[in-house]
Amino acid sequence: MLSIKNLHVNVDEKTILKGLDLDVKAGEVHAIMGPNGSGKSTLGHVLSGRDGYDIIDGDIQFQGKDLLELETEERAREGLFLAFQYPVEIPGVSNMEFLKASVDAVREHRAQAPCDAVSFMKQARAACKEVNLNQDFLKRGVNEGFSGGEKKRNEIMQMMLLEPTLAILDETDSGLDIDALQIVADGVNSLRSAQRGFIVVTHYQRLLNYIEPDFVHVLANGKIVKSGDKSLALELEAKGYAWLEEEVA
Amino acid sequence: MSQEHIDRLIESDYAAGFVSNIESDTLAPGLDEDVVRFISSKKNEPQWMLDWRLNAFRIWQEMEEPSWAHVHYPQINYQDISYYSAPKSIEDKPKSLDEVDPELIETYNKLGIPLHEQEMLAGVAVDAVFDSVSVATTFRSKLQDAGVIFCPISEAVHEYPDLVKKYLGSVVPQKDNYFSALNSAVFSDGSFVYIPKGVRCPMELSTYFRINESNTGQFERTLIVADEGSHVSYLEGCTAPMRDENQLHAAVVELVALDNANIKYSTVQNWYPGDAEGNGGIYNFVTKRGVAHTNARISWTQVETGSAITWKYPSCILKGDNSVGEFYSVALTNNFQQADTGTKMIHLGKNTRSTIISKGISAGKSSNAYRGLVRMNPGARSSRNYTQCDSLLIGDKCAAHTFPYIESKNPSAVVEHEATTSKVSDDQLYLCQQRGIDTEKAVSMIVNGFCKEVFKELPMEFAVEAGKLLEVSLEGSVG
Repeated sequence: MLSIKNLHVNVDEKTILKGLDLDVKAGEVHAIMGPNGSGKSTLGHVLSGRDGYDIIDGDIQFQGKDLLELETEERAREGLFLAFQYPVEIPGVSNMEFLKASVDAVREHRAQAPCDAVSFMKQARAACKEVNLNQDFLKRGVNEGFSGGEKKRNEIMQMMLLEPTLAILDETDSGLDIDALQIVADGVNSLRSAQRGFIVVTHYQRLLNYIEPDFVHVLANGKIVKSGDKSLALELEAKGYAWLEEEVA
Repeated sequence: MSQEHIDRLIESDYAAGFVSNIESDTLAPGLDEDVVRFISSKKNEPQWMLDWRLNAFRIWQEMEEPSWAHVHYPQINYQDISYYSAPKSIEDKPKSLDEVDPELIETYNKLGIPLHEQEMLAGVAVDAVFDSVSVATTFRSKLQDAGVIFCPISEAVHEYPDLVKKYLGSVVPQKDNYFSALNSAVFSDGSFVYIPKGVRCPMELSTYFRINESNTGQFERTLIVADEGSHVSYLEGCTAPMRDENQLHAAVVELVALDNANIKYSTVQNWYPGDAEGNGGIYNFVTKRGVAHTNARISWTQVETGSAITWKYPSCILKGDNSVGEFYSVALTNNFQQADTGTKMIHLGKNTRSTIISKGISAGKSSNAYRGLVRMNPGARSSRNYTQCDSLLIGDKCAAHTFPYIESKNPSAVVEHEATTSKVSDDQLYLCQQRGIDTEKAVSMIVNGFCKEVFKELPMEFAVEAGKLLEVSLEGSVG
């Protein structure tokens, strides 16, 4: 469903991604690991279409479409979801209103009628329950005054309601305690299906104990320098990244 | 979400900008005593009313235009302005909507405020002011049953001279300020409301204003008197067609809430703000003030989206003990709009309370200033004020200013002031877009969220209108 070829990206004139290739098929879970500053978060934002990233070379196909031709909101409506590392607050806009606008935008794109408020409320409450968030969170402003863990669980809750085709989790595990990590992993696992792909960006092997990846890739210096199965993650945990960087150099 | 994207969204046209061709009879530009006499005679006014106007005119001649507001505009030549314009159909005195000029009805329809529908659905009595003269009044008889008087002020001068004589100028004296003096001399028309003792007005009272003749000033005069223990909610909304030349608008609104009375005055203001280059637009210099007697309450709610220049401070004089004043405001400026708006809460009585919630939104190259005065006079024992003043910036070329003035002459009085400034951030817009929500909708959602505390103060019928007008302005203002 996703095919990235020779991706080169500049941020503020500095080249961050230097010829990245990645193929994700429906049903697969890909973990992207790597040291700080290797370009992991950049990859997520380039895929979702954030401003300020200059694509200087390369090509990205998503479900047979040229992803780079699509606006940010169009990508989202096509089923691309990014769970943010640092979700921002939108004071005064209730979580519920935000979620409904979001789900309805996706539905409109699919030529479906907007969700009726009552059944949407039911779905949203059920999703809250799954990520162990009190229903009051639906009435509160988007991420307003949420703790770090609550923000991350809120992201997962949104993912469950939006049912994306491709979900990218950008260090969703950072700052989570073990219980919250389990909740986040359960949320992801419940959505795993033959039609859906995942890219899980993480620093630590720990998350992968809960979300078992089909592939593990190491991103270093703007490229994928090594790919393997989940055992690669364990090897990295034991040996760190330095040996790989040396190997590449 | 880039600045460029925001800039692109900012460029869209004023949706209510169209001119309707109704024959008007308009006075040649210029202002002298003869003009004042002409206006007065046009309305068949009694001598006392003419004398009152002439007195105001003489006062105005002695005054100078104020320059302290944080707004900049070319010098206004008051002799270049025409001071009277009335649709011709008024001569026929329409008694029902069927008799009203069909083109006028069409104008309202374009604005999405069809009188028929409002009559039937909303149960709102509309005293429609079209180019200074009321041409359609509805539900009058129903109000009469309750003893409520709701009529054009020009009519009240004839029908209820004692009430008008007693209260006109009692809250905003002729000499109060430059614009109130001008208004007192040349006011064209406006609404008069009287709610008798103990009566709860059976419906929201509503007036829609519209400027229609090119280059004519609009000088509305509104007087609302709520007698002891009565309740009234008054709604004022306005839109104006597109213009090249600046138009002067200097209205005066006076509220009198006698003992235990309650007045809620809500405004949605959408005068033409000028084009994207800052040409045209309404100059809006308004004096709005209410006096609250013992245990009375006056509440101002305003949503200000229009005008090139806004100079407006709906105020409360809390004269009686235990009286309450409230001010809830959303002021949105875009392009080259300038707003200097806020309120004055003058605490005279014991145990008086006031609340000020002000939300300023600046977009484009606009400037938005909050100016508020809270004064605790020596007699205002145990009185309280709470002020919250928030500014939201959209883009990086706009400005927000806050000028709070606090004077406390009673040590037992408590005054609280909180202020915040925030920006619609690229990160917020990115989050919305990443969830499939386009920028326009996202900005609208964020701005509406910011204004929530004020919108919930609007009467239900008006909240929808306010949301709609804000969204129209947001189309032309950012999203």
